[in-house]
Amino acid sequence: MSPAFTPLTSAAAETHGFLSPTGVEIAFLLVGLVTFGAALVTVTTKQLVHAALWLVVALGGLAVEYLLLTAEFIAWVQVLIYVGSVVVLLLFGLMLTRAPIGRSPDADSGNRWAALTVAVAAAAALVWVVVDAFRATWIDLDGAAAGSTEATGASLFQNWVLPFEALSVLLLAALVGAIVLSRKAKAESSSPPVNSRATTQSSPPVTESSLSVLGARENPADQEGAR
Amino acid sequence: MHLAYPAVLSALLFCTGLYGVLARRNAILVLMSVELMLNAVNLNLVAFDVWLSRAAQETLHSGQALTLFTIAIAAAEIGIGLAIVLAVHRNRGTADIDRLRDTAEGHESDPADGSDSDAPTTGTAGEKAEATA
Repeated sequence: MSPAFTPLTSAAAETHGFLSPTGVEIAFLLVGLVTFGAALVTVTTKQLVHAALWLVVALGGLAVEYLLLTAEFIAWVQVLIYVGSVVVLLLFGLMLTRAPIGRSPDADSGNRWAALTVAVAAAAALVWVVVDAFRATWIDLDGAAAGSTEATGASLFQNWVLPFEALSVLLLAALVGAIVLSRKAKAESSSPPVNSRATTQSSPPVTESSLSVLGARENPADQEGAR
Repeated sequence: MHLAYPAVLSALLFCTGLYGVLARRNAILVLMSVELMLNAVNLNLVAFDVWLSRAAQETLHSGQALTLFTIAIAAAEIGIGLAIVLAVHRNRGTADIDRLRDTAEGHESDPADGSDSDAPTTGTAGEKAEATA
């Protein structure tokens, strides 16, 4: 990062043109088209599991874009966390909420046209502003990679140590929160049948809440049986 | 590389996620759209970090550090969000966010959902179970 980069950047920028894209730009454009198409299919398909699988394509395409931008570490973190764990979590969520296999006609709500209007208007405004603002700006991708593991690790553990540690606390809180949210329901689902059976046989204090919780337990099973 | 390529792709991905958040009914599909929006922001952060680390000698690598933080926070968010969606599905029997109208004001939905907006969640679920049983 010496001052010699500045004239080099401007000299490189002068050789660029709008109508002569480089190889990296063409590759970025093609992968970007695939990513954008996969994202569009993700938000418009009526098959819920296919939406999660197209999301894999979109996130993997974004990882390739990070590689083209020489951010290697971010790219592999993207592959590991998003493609590896977030999509698997989403698929687990789809299965646990008993998402129907096949086409579900009510995947989109009634305000689809309002949503489409808002999204198209936002896209037009954002693209116009961004293209107008960065018309004459080029990224210099030559030289050492800007996002290699060494550079990222050095900056992360020299300048960003405190947010990094705070983030570990946040991850711990999220872990505890997820366990609490799912354990409470599990305790309710396992204990009330035993308690209610015992209370209906012998002991007088039959509370209203335990019965209602018992009824709530049976409700999804009834729906599943009806389905 | 022209900076407009990643910036335009990021804007388009963000608006795709915006459409998904507004138009989808299943809560898990809404979470997927939120992930798309977060990824668009990540792409912007990385592109501007690569640009600024050369053009302005910005040596903190703020964009990439913030991208890592965003990815970690998104992972935490998806875990908590899925736990909430599963708890709602367990209590109400649906993950359809258009039917969770208990706190809607002045809106007449189906009577099993809209009649008892003041009752706690377990009471509502119990009444629904009695109605279906």
